[in-house]
Amino acid sequence: MAETSERPSRYIETLVGAVLLIITAGFILWMIARTVLPNLVPVAQEGANLAKPSDLIFYVMAGLAIVSAAGVAFSRNIIYSALALLGALLGAGGLYVFLNADYVAISQLLIYVGGVLVLILFAVMLTSKISDQKHSNPSVGTLPGLVLLVALLGVMGYVATRSPWLTASSPFDAPQTSFTIGSLFLREYLLPFEVSSLVLLATLIGAVVIARKEIKE
Amino acid sequence: MGAPGLPHYLIVGVVLFALGTYTVITRTNAVGILMGVELILNAANVNFVAFQRFNPSPLLTGQVFALFVIVLAAAEAAVALAIVLAIYMNMKSIDVSHASSLKD
Repeated sequence: MAETSERPSRYIETLVGAVLLIITAGFILWMIARTVLPNLVPVAQEGANLAKPSDLIFYVMAGLAIVSAAGVAFSRNIIYSALALLGALLGAGGLYVFLNADYVAISQLLIYVGGVLVLILFAVMLTSKISDQKHSNPSVGTLPGLVLLVALLGVMGYVATRSPWLTASSPFDAPQTSFTIGSLFLREYLLPFEVSSLVLLATLIGAVVIARKEIKE
Repeated sequence: MGAPGLPHYLIVGVVLFALGTYTVITRTNAVGILMGVELILNAANVNFVAFQRFNPSPLLTGQVFALFVIVLAAAEAAVALAIVLAIYMNMKSIDVSHASSLKD
C-alpha cells in the first residue's frame, strides 16, 4: 500500500523536475544564443543564411508548443495531460512575444497559465480518483481519431503552406501595442468590450449557481 | 530553417488544432475534453496574431480579437468546470459516456 501511494507522487516530482529543467535549459540556450552566436556569425558569414538566434528560439518555442500538445492528446494520465497543457500554453505565449504582441502574451500568461490551468488542475484533483491514476484519462476510438488527425494535418498544412497569402513585404510593428489596443477597445470595439464584461458577470454567477450544493430543507 | 514567416506560425496553429480535435473526440474524461478545447482556442489565437503581424494594414484588430478569445475561453473554462463538478457530485464519475440520463 505504501509503495503504491508513493509511486505516483514520485512520478509527479520527476515530471515537475523535468519541466523546470526544460525551462532552465531553454533560458540557458537563450543566453548562449544571445551572447555566443552573434560573435560566431562574422566567422561563418560565408554560410549564407545561417539561422539567427531569434530563429532558433522560435523553433524551440514552436517545438515546445507542439510536443506539449501531443502530450495533452496522447497521455494516459490526466495530471500529465494538465501539466503538458502548461507547456503548450507557454509555447503559444512565446510565439506571441515573437509576433510583437506583448500585451496578448502577458494576458496569455496571466489568464491561461495563472487562471485556467489552475482551474483545470483543481477540477482534476477534485474529481479523479487517486487509486486508478494509471487509467484516469481513457480514450475511445483512437483509430478514427488518428485518421482525422492525419487528414486535418495534411489538408490544413497544405492550405497553410501553399496558399498565396497577402503578406506585407516587411512586417509592420506597432510602436505602442498597449496604447493602440486600449484605444481600439474604447472606440471601435466598445460594444463587444462591454458585452464581454456582461459575459464575465454572467459566468461568475452561473458557475456559483451550477457548482454549489443544494441545501435540502 | 530560415527566418520564421507566416506559414511557420500557421503550421504551429494547424498542429495545435489537429491535436486539440483529436483530444476532443477521443477522450471520455470531461476535463480531458476541456483541455482539447483550450488547445483549439489557442490554435485560433496563434493564427489571429500571426495574420495581424504579417498583414500590410497597421491596425491591431487581430490582437484585439485574440484578447476577446482569451476572455471567452476563461469564461468557458469556469462554467464548464462548474458543470463537471456538478456532474461528479450527482454521478460520482466524470466519464462523459455515463452522463447520458437525458437519453432515457
